[in-house]
Amino acid sequence: MNRIEGRVKVTGLATYAAEYPVEDVTYAFPVQSQIAKGRVRHVDAQDALAMPGVLAVLSGEDPPPLASGADGELALFQSREVAYRGQIVAAVVADTYENARAAAAVVRVDYDSDDHDVSLRADHPGLYKPDHVNPAYPTDSEKGDIEAGLAEAATVVDVVYETPVLHNNPMEPHAALACWDDEGGLLVYDTAQGTTLSRDTLAQVFGLPKERVRVVSRHVGGGFGSKGTTRPQAVLAAMAARVVGRPVKIVLTRQQMFDVTGYRTPTIQRLRLGADAQGRLTALEHVAYEQTSTLEEFAEQTATPTRIMYATPALRTAHRLVRLDVATPSWMRAPGECPGMYALESAMDELAYALGMDPVELRVVNEPETEPDSGLPFSSRNLVGCLREGARRFGWEHRDPTPGVRRDGEWLIGTGVAASTYPARRRPSKARAVVEDDGDFLVQVAAADIGTGARTALTRIAAEALGVAPERVHVELGDSDLPEAPVAGGSMGTASWGSAIVRACEELKSDGKEGLADTTEEVRGDAAFSRHAFGAQFVEVRVSSVTGEVRVPRLLGVFAAGRIVDPKLARSQFIGGMTMGMGMGLMEETLTDEEFGGFLRRDLAQYHVPACADVPDVEAVWLDERDAELNPMASKGIGEIGIVGTAAAIGNAVYHATGHRVRELPITPDKILMPRF
Amino acid sequence: MKPFDYTRADSAAQAVREYAPGTMYLGGGTNLVDLMRLGVAEPERLVDVSRLPLDTIESVRDRVRVGAAVRNTDLAVDPMIRARYPMLARAVLTGASGQVRNVATVAGNLLQRTRCAYFQDVTRPCNKRRPGSGCPAIAGDHTNLAILGSSEACVATHPSDMAVALAALEAEVHVTGPGGDRIIPMPGLHRLPGEEPERDTVLEPGDLITAVELPPPPAGATVYRKVRERASFAFALVSIAAVLDVGDDGVVAGCRIALGGVAHAPWRAERAEQALIGGPATGEAFLRAAEAELEQARPLPRNAYKVPLTRNLIVSTLEGLAS
Ligand SMILES: Cc1cc2nc3c(=O)[nH]c(=O)nc-3n(C[C@H](O)[C@H](O)[C@H](O)COP(=O)(O)OP(=O)(O)OC[C@H]3O[C@@H](n4cnc5c(N)ncnc54)[C@H](O)[C@@H]3O)c2cc1C
Ligand code: SF4
Repeated sequence: MNRIEGRVKVTGLATYAAEYPVEDVTYAFPVQSQIAKGRVRHVDAQDALAMPGVLAVLSGEDPPPLASGADGELALFQSREVAYRGQIVAAVVADTYENARAAAAVVRVDYDSDDHDVSLRADHPGLYKPDHVNPAYPTDSEKGDIEAGLAEAATVVDVVYETPVLHNNPMEPHAALACWDDEGGLLVYDTAQGTTLSRDTLAQVFGLPKERVRVVSRHVGGGFGSKGTTRPQAVLAAMAARVVGRPVKIVLTRQQMFDVTGYRTPTIQRLRLGADAQGRLTALEHVAYEQTSTLEEFAEQTATPTRIMYATPALRTAHRLVRLDVATPSWMRAPGECPGMYALESAMDELAYALGMDPVELRVVNEPETEPDSGLPFSSRNLVGCLREGARRFGWEHRDPTPGVRRDGEWLIGTGVAASTYPARRRPSKARAVVEDDGDFLVQVAAADIGTGARTALTRIAAEALGVAPERVHVELGDSDLPEAPVAGGSMGTASWGSAIVRACEELKSDGKEGLADTTEEVRGDAAFSRHAFGAQFVEVRVSSVTGEVRVPRLLGVFAAGRIVDPKLARSQFIGGMTMGMGMGLMEETLTDEEFGGFLRRDLAQYHVPACADVPDVEAVWLDERDAELNPMASKGIGEIGIVGTAAAIGNAVYHATGHRVRELPITPDKILMPRF
Repeated sequence: MKPFDYTRADSAAQAVREYAPGTMYLGGGTNLVDLMRLGVAEPERLVDVSRLPLDTIESVRDRVRVGAAVRNTDLAVDPMIRARYPMLARAVLTGASGQVRNVATVAGNLLQRTRCAYFQDVTRPCNKRRPGSGCPAIAGDHTNLAILGSSEACVATHPSDMAVALAALEAEVHVTGPGGDRIIPMPGLHRLPGEEPERDTVLEPGDLITAVELPPPPAGATVYRKVRERASFAFALVSIAAVLDVGDDGVVAGCRIALGGVAHAPWRAERAEQALIGGPATGEAFLRAAEAELEQARPLPRNAYKVPLTRNLIVSTLEGLAS
C-alpha cells in the first residue's frame, strides 16, 4: 500500500513535534558541560539574564524540583556531578530560539574537574558483569565444555572484532513542545517512539499521576531507538514551561543529538570457534566488552544472537561492561544482534576459510534442530531456505573462494555472505475499534509511526480483520490518550499493536458498534517457543588496489520473516536496514575524544551515512513463511533484521576481494591500504 | 549565533568601500553561515557579494575569465569549461552535493575553511580558531588531515576540490581591495600554516576576489580524481589533478601534479614534476617521482595511510594519462 500519510508528508502538512502552533510559545536552549568528569562549582547566569528576550536560566543553582528516582539522564540539574562532556548542565529560556541560543553561549559555568576515562579496553580494570543485558537477557550463558570442544576441534578460529561508537541520526532532530494547563496537567508534543511510555516516564519524573500527562507524537521523522526512551529535551521543555509559566519548545541541534540522545556502545568481541573436519562446530564462545556511563547501566546484548544461531555441543556467551565518563549508550537499530552478528558472521567466514569450506555450506551444516542455548523448539526457522534462495539468485555456485584473484583494472572484486536474525516477539497492547457515523471504521491505538509506515500497515491489518476496504478504515495513533500501547521498538510494534487491533476488530464485528481489546492475557499465554526471523545477505564489493576505496555494486537480502503484511512497506524496511548496515560496514563512526571527553565528528558532514551513489543495486526479497505461533497476523517484525549481517557480509567480501581481513569497523581505505604497504 | 548587520553590495568597488574590521563578505553562505551557527565565525557585519555582476564566464582572447560569484554548478556545466578544462568541471562536480553547488560561489569555494573537527567546535582549543590555544588534532583526530607542509601549530588541510584543479591549471586569482588590485597565481593563494595557522591565504583584510582567470589549457592529457570512502557528498581523503604531456619519443614534455587533502593548501608536487620532465613516461619513473615527493611527508599515526595512498594515486593517475 502507498503510505496513508504520504501526501501530507510531501506537502509539508504533517505536523512534527516542533511544528504545533501554540500561542505564547517560548524557546529553550541547553548549555552543555565542557568537562568530562567533575562537579559544577557555579553557574553564573547574570550576563545571560541581561540578554534580550531572556526569561529564565535553569541550572543546579536553583534546581526546579523533580520527583526522586528519575533516570540519571533525565534528572536534569538535580545533581552537580558531571558524568560526561556534553551533559546538559543549564538551559536558557527566551522569547525566540535565537535569543535563547545566543544567551546560552554566555552562561558561565565553573567546574571542579577530575581526570576522566573514556576509553573502552578489553583489559580495563573496571570491567564487571552486569546483572542482565538489554532488555532482560541473562548476562552469560554456558552449555558444555568450551575448552574440551576447542581441544578436540580439527580447526580453531580465535579472533577479536571491534565496532566503534555509532549514532542513529534520524532526520528529524529530537524536539519537544510542552504546555501546562491551569489544573497542573502537562501536554508534551514529543519525538517519541511510544507515547504511552513517554507519558509514563514524564509522569514519574514530575511526580504526576499518569492521567495528568498527555504525550502526542503524530509524526516522527525516524528514531531507530534513539527516541525509544524519553530524552532530556522532553523533560527540559516541561520543566522550563513550568518555570516560565508559558509553553516551551526545544529542538536539539544535530551536534546535541550526538551528545544526549544515546548511541551504540563500541564493542570489543572475542570469538573462539572450533569445528571438526566436516565443519561441525565443537565449540562456540562469544565474549563482548562494552561500555556504559556512570549515570545508568545500559548493557547491549551483543552476544545473545550467538545463543540461537548454530548447533554446537559447547556454547558460551558473556558480556562485560565498564562504566566510563561517557553518555549512556542506548538502543540503536537491532541492539545486540547488529554488532554481535557482525562479529559472529565474520568469524564464521574465517572458519569457512580455515576449513576450506563454502561459507553457505558451513552454515547449513551447523543448522540446529532446536535453539542451541535454551533447547526450545523454533516457532519457525528458515535460515537455510534464505541461504539457498540467496545463493541461487546471487549466482553463488560459480564462486571461486580464492581470495584476491578477481580483477577489473585496479579494482579487486569479491563476494561475501552472512546470516541475519532478529527476535520475533510481541508485547501486550490495547486497541479500540468503532463504527463512525458515516459507516467507516475508526481504529485507535497509542502506536507510533516513526516513518516505518506503521499507520498504513495497521490500516491494512484492521481492514483485513474487518473484511472491508482499507479506505474505510482510519487509524489514529501517536497520542497517549489513545489505548495504551508499547513503543515502536524491538521489531515488536506491528506484532503487538496488530494483535490488539485484530482482537478489537473481532469484537467490533460481533458487537456491531465497538471493540476494545487488551492482549495482556493473550500474550502471557504465548507458548514457549524460540521466536526469531532469519535472513541471508549476499554482497559484491569492489576494492581499489590503488586507493583502498570499497564500493558495493550489489547487495541482496533474503529474509524469512513470517507473513509480510505489506510488500511495499516491507521492502523499505529491509533495504533501509541493509543500507544502514552498509554504512556501519564502510563509513559510520563517531570518535571519542580521549583528551577532552565527549564525541568528535558530531555532524552529518563528518559522520557519514550512505548516499544514493553508495547503493546502486540493493534488493530485498522474502520467503513465504507461515508461522501460526506468532500472532493473529502470523507476522514477524521487520524493522531491524535488515541491518543485521550486512556489515559482516561486506567484510567477508572485502576479504574475498583482497585476501585481507579487516576486523575493525568501519572498513575505510586506511585499513585496506596500511597492511598492504 | 551572534547578531550581525547585513548589506548587499552592487559593485565590487562598493563592497570594498563597505569593508571595515569585523566585516566579512558573504558568497553562497554554505560555509560561512554554518561557521556562524557554530560560533566559529562571528562577523559583526556581512556584505553580500553573491549577487555582484561577477557571475559570468567569458573567453578573453585565449583565456577564460570566471566571475567570483559564478555558482559552482554553473561553472561545472558550462560548455566552454567542459570542453577546454574538463579537469576543472570534474573537480567541481565531485565537490559537495547538487544542492550545495547550486548555491556555492567560486570565491567562496576557494576561501572555505578547513573541516578539522576541533576547528569547528568552539568548546575545544584550536590554533587556527584561537591562536595560541593549541592543536589537539596532533594527538587526537587527524585522520583526514595533512601529511605535507604542516607545522607544529596546525596540521589542517584545505578541503576544496576546485582549488586543486585551479592549482594544476595555474589559474590566476583576481583580487581587489583597500590596497588596490592584485593578481595571485595559483597555487599561491593559500599558504602553509607555519606559525600563523589562523591565516589560510595571502589575502589581506578587505580583499575581495573578483574573478578567476584560466590560462590556455596546458598541452597533454588531464584528469581529476578524488578518493573518499563514501561514493558522493564527501570531502577528499586525497585528490589529484594531473596534466601529462608525453612526446612521440616517450619522453615527458610536461607534467603538473596538484594534490588535495594532503596539506594546508593545494599542493603542487614540484619535486615529482621536476623528476619526471625530460625523462621516460614509465611506471617505474612515476613511482620514483612519487616517492621523491613524499620523502618530505610528515605523517601522523592516524593519517600515515595517506602516504601510500598518495603515492599510489600519483602513479596510477600518471599511468592512466600516459596510456
Ligand atoms: C556538507 C558539505 C559538503 C561539502 N563537500 C565539499 C567537497 O567535497 N568539496 C569541496 O570542494 N567543497 C565541499 N563543500 C564546501 C562547499 O564547496 C563550500 O561551502 C562552498 O564552495 C563555499 O562557497 P560559498 O559561496 O557558499 O561561500 P561562503 O560560505 O559564502 O563563503 C566562504 C568564505 O569565502 C569568503 N568569500 C566569499 N566570497 C568572497 C569574495 N568574493 N571575496 C573574498 N571573500 C569571499 C567568505 O567571507 C567566507 O569566508 C561542502 C560543503 C558542505 C556544507
Ligand atoms: S589542525 Fe589546525 S585547525 Fe585543526 S585543531 Fe590543529 S590548529 Fe586547529
